[in-house]
Amino acid sequence: MAGKVKWATDIEKSVLVNNFEKRGWSQISTDEDWNFYWMSVQTIRNVFSIENGYRLNDDQIVNHFPNHYELTRKDLMVKNIKRYRRELEREASPLVEKDENGKYVHLDFIPVTFMLPGDYNLFVEEFRKNPTSTWIMKPCGKAQGKGIFLINKLSQIKKWSRDSRTTTFISPAGKEAYVISLYIDNPLLIGGKKFDLRLYVLVTSYRPLKCYMYRLGFCRFCTMKYTPSTSELDNMFVHLTNVSVQKHGGDYNPIHGGKWSVSNLRLYLESTQGKDVTDKLFDDIHWIVVHSLKAVAPVMINDRHCFECYGYDIIIDDKLKPWLIEVNASPSLSSTTANDRILKYNLINDTLNIVVPNGEMPDCKWSRCPPKEALGHYELLYDEDLAQNEGVECEGKPRLGPALNKGNRLKDTRKPFSTWK
Amino acid sequence: MEPDSLHRQLSVTIAHIVQRLRGSKLHSELEREARTCLHKSDVRIESLKEDLKDFLRKSGWEKKLQNAVYHELNVLPQPGHPAAPAEHTKEGLMYMRRAQVNWEKRVLKSLNSMCAELAVPLAKKRSTDEQKELLNKWNEMGTDEPDLSHFRPVYAPKDFLEVLINLRNPNYDGGDPSGLRGSWGLISIPLPVKDLSELRNLFTELGLNYEQLGVDDSMQIPNELFESEYLRLGQRVLSEHNSAAAQQYIRQGCPTGLRADMWALILNIDNQLEDSLYYEQLKSNVIQHDLLVDNLIYKDVKLTASNDDYYFVFEDYLYQVLLCFSRDTLVLDHFSYSSASPPKSYIRGKLALEDYTVVYPPNGVIPFHGFAMYVAPLCFLYHEPSKLYQVFREMYVRYFFRLHCISSHSSGIVSLCLVFETLVQTYLPQLFYHLREIGAQPLRISFKWMVRAFSGYLATDQLLFLWDRILGYNSLEILAVLAAAVFAFRAENLMEATSLATAEAILADLSTLKVMPLLQLFLFATSS
Repeated sequence: MAGKVKWATDIEKSVLVNNFEKRGWSQISTDEDWNFYWMSVQTIRNVFSIENGYRLNDDQIVNHFPNHYELTRKDLMVKNIKRYRRELEREASPLVEKDENGKYVHLDFIPVTFMLPGDYNLFVEEFRKNPTSTWIMKPCGKAQGKGIFLINKLSQIKKWSRDSRTTTFISPAGKEAYVISLYIDNPLLIGGKKFDLRLYVLVTSYRPLKCYMYRLGFCRFCTMKYTPSTSELDNMFVHLTNVSVQKHGGDYNPIHGGKWSVSNLRLYLESTQGKDVTDKLFDDIHWIVVHSLKAVAPVMINDRHCFECYGYDIIIDDKLKPWLIEVNASPSLSSTTANDRILKYNLINDTLNIVVPNGEMPDCKWSRCPPKEALGHYELLYDEDLAQNEGVECEGKPRLGPALNKGNRLKDTRKPFSTWK
Repeated sequence: MEPDSLHRQLSVTIAHIVQRLRGSKLHSELEREARTCLHKSDVRIESLKEDLKDFLRKSGWEKKLQNAVYHELNVLPQPGHPAAPAEHTKEGLMYMRRAQVNWEKRVLKSLNSMCAELAVPLAKKRSTDEQKELLNKWNEMGTDEPDLSHFRPVYAPKDFLEVLINLRNPNYDGGDPSGLRGSWGLISIPLPVKDLSELRNLFTELGLNYEQLGVDDSMQIPNELFESEYLRLGQRVLSEHNSAAAQQYIRQGCPTGLRADMWALILNIDNQLEDSLYYEQLKSNVIQHDLLVDNLIYKDVKLTASNDDYYFVFEDYLYQVLLCFSRDTLVLDHFSYSSASPPKSYIRGKLALEDYTVVYPPNGVIPFHGFAMYVAPLCFLYHEPSKLYQVFREMYVRYFFRLHCISSHSSGIVSLCLVFETLVQTYLPQLFYHLREIGAQPLRISFKWMVRAFSGYLATDQLLFLWDRILGYNSLEILAVLAAAVFAFRAENLMEATSLATAEAILADLSTLKVMPLLQLFLFATSS
């Protein structure tokens, strides 16, 4: 090893610090010459900003892409996916096949969403088609379930109707913007409780796209029994699975923290619903992740100094269809339980093993072809290079990574799925 | 055995089974089917018997009868001497019977004194308001927070272990006062238990030359050919509706997608309308009456499953099953072949009057600390409460009850303890001796695993592989073998232990263990 790797961070979390120290790296302050900087999303804005940004050296690596918000801001994610679908339509790709109701057969994985205030009128039109539906309002720039509420009457969002005449759909402050999505009121329940899935996805490059899925994701359960009843719309303990919300519920248990491993979910679904439909569900989830990344790949600044570990939030409905709710750039590194701490420690460990091979000096030109043994709990989800080298097969659908080939997705004759409508 | 006495035993068994099936629901269904087929043109008076049999065979009713007979064979104890009294069928050895009776007295006394101390009746009727409230909350009893601080579990496994340690056969003198040549362990009963070669014989299909689920699929090169063939075979077994075939099949493990149906087939549960109605009836019993044991159940679930990473999700199902279970008088049937007897209590004011005794709780089973863990793993397989209930009840009356009664049965907990201690002493003598020296008798650590059939100690997928084999071999002896195998696996670390606490710490976390390789290694790779 030429010199000692110097690391810096502005997020003081033990799972990070312990991992750096165990590699024998030394900590320095953030304005010195660091090699590895695990930064918060505010900091990445500064590093790459036009005014006070600076060039990174070859031996410097950071944990965010400069414009990650294209994926991680709720409104931009939706915008990019819609744009992706339109592009595929222009190319007449079989991926954008639609069913008789006009719903995408393969790419219908985000609930119907509108931006507010810009799309207010479009939203009203949609709302009136189904006046008994429930919608969820989410502020674009916030996390941890802050500011989210449910509505089932137009009067509850009167405020945005007044501003609908503005032509820019992101208001200047940026923080006032909301997205409103159709609420998935038929989530799959286990033990009578609602849950969502948190999965970790590592992206080491966008063009070509290379991404890895962490095997040890988990389900976050609501402490209260799920009910779609309108009287409980205000009860966030019933509806929001964010741990930051559930932690304050009376029934929160600090031993398991309401978290269930994905392998438990798999065992339960295989045992109660059969292996085939379970395999298909997980294939669908992988499909969603890959296509959400492909959707933003063209607009992402593919800076070689960057990698990113995203937290994907997915909800499964009672027909075993997964829905992408959002993607987090800065998934929480706090630990609520002992298991949690171990999981997050391993997550960082496995991530570092991939992006800084052998714990040696970071090199932004690294090959981005980690050998299988170095993946730890990650498995290759999609590698555009490999997929192209092996040729595009069967109906033009790019193949998923070798680890996930057993889904037989290519022979999949999809029936039009009934969505929430 | 003489062909004559074999023949006699067979006739006795047949008579026994016929008696049990007579008057059963299956019997009346068969009669009804037989009557309807009389109208068929291909049934003639001259060959009535043959034609009837033919019809029943073709319409699948013979299979149902076969499964019912097989069910009885699995459960029935060996026919004993015709002149032996009923209590001998329950338990042949008198000193064991007496010990069980004494234990039951202690448990009931403990229950009654808790009842008196807290001034809570053993049972009382709920008011209409209370009934309505409970009905509303039926699916989320977990969110209810009754004040359980004054309730304690009636007993915990370690209390039961003390009783077993003190068991003595008054007619036996080992002639070994120093205790060095004989058993080093805690159990001092000379029960005949299987040794390693007999266990190998019993568990033939776990041999290294047989393919297994739970072994091959964890290898780097997945054995896809075996898995897909085995899956196909399993699907055929299910479509044949043959309990005996299913039981044979499952000895090599069960694919996850087939397990729910396979277990139901082996346990002969078909979940017909009558069974769902029966469950609803039990539910209404729960709504109407409040039992003291309900609080014990709540407390047990809150202490065990609610804190478990695997099972906390199913907390509410556990209440729905266990509260009904306490009120199910059908469970009383199993006492005819169990060494235990249901506890009796008296209607208020009529103490000691025989005419006023009632069985309490109605199913005769007083739950102990950890009881809920018998149900928890089943929640991964069955998400419909009525079916979940039936499978659990059948598992209990076939297997689990033996884990907390004093009996000489080969699957009884006493025998399991003895098998365990003998295996460890014979094949890991250095380890056993060392553990003894540091005050860490192996049984003190492994007892709780066996009493709970390893539920809550193993990862669920591994536990289900283990329980596959319990069903497949119709025996709990595998629990003792696994316990010994765990000690063998961690022997190196255990030799470094210097106290009971350290030994327990080494064996505290079994969640990473792979059950089948451990069993195979211990059974077939241990040098005799």
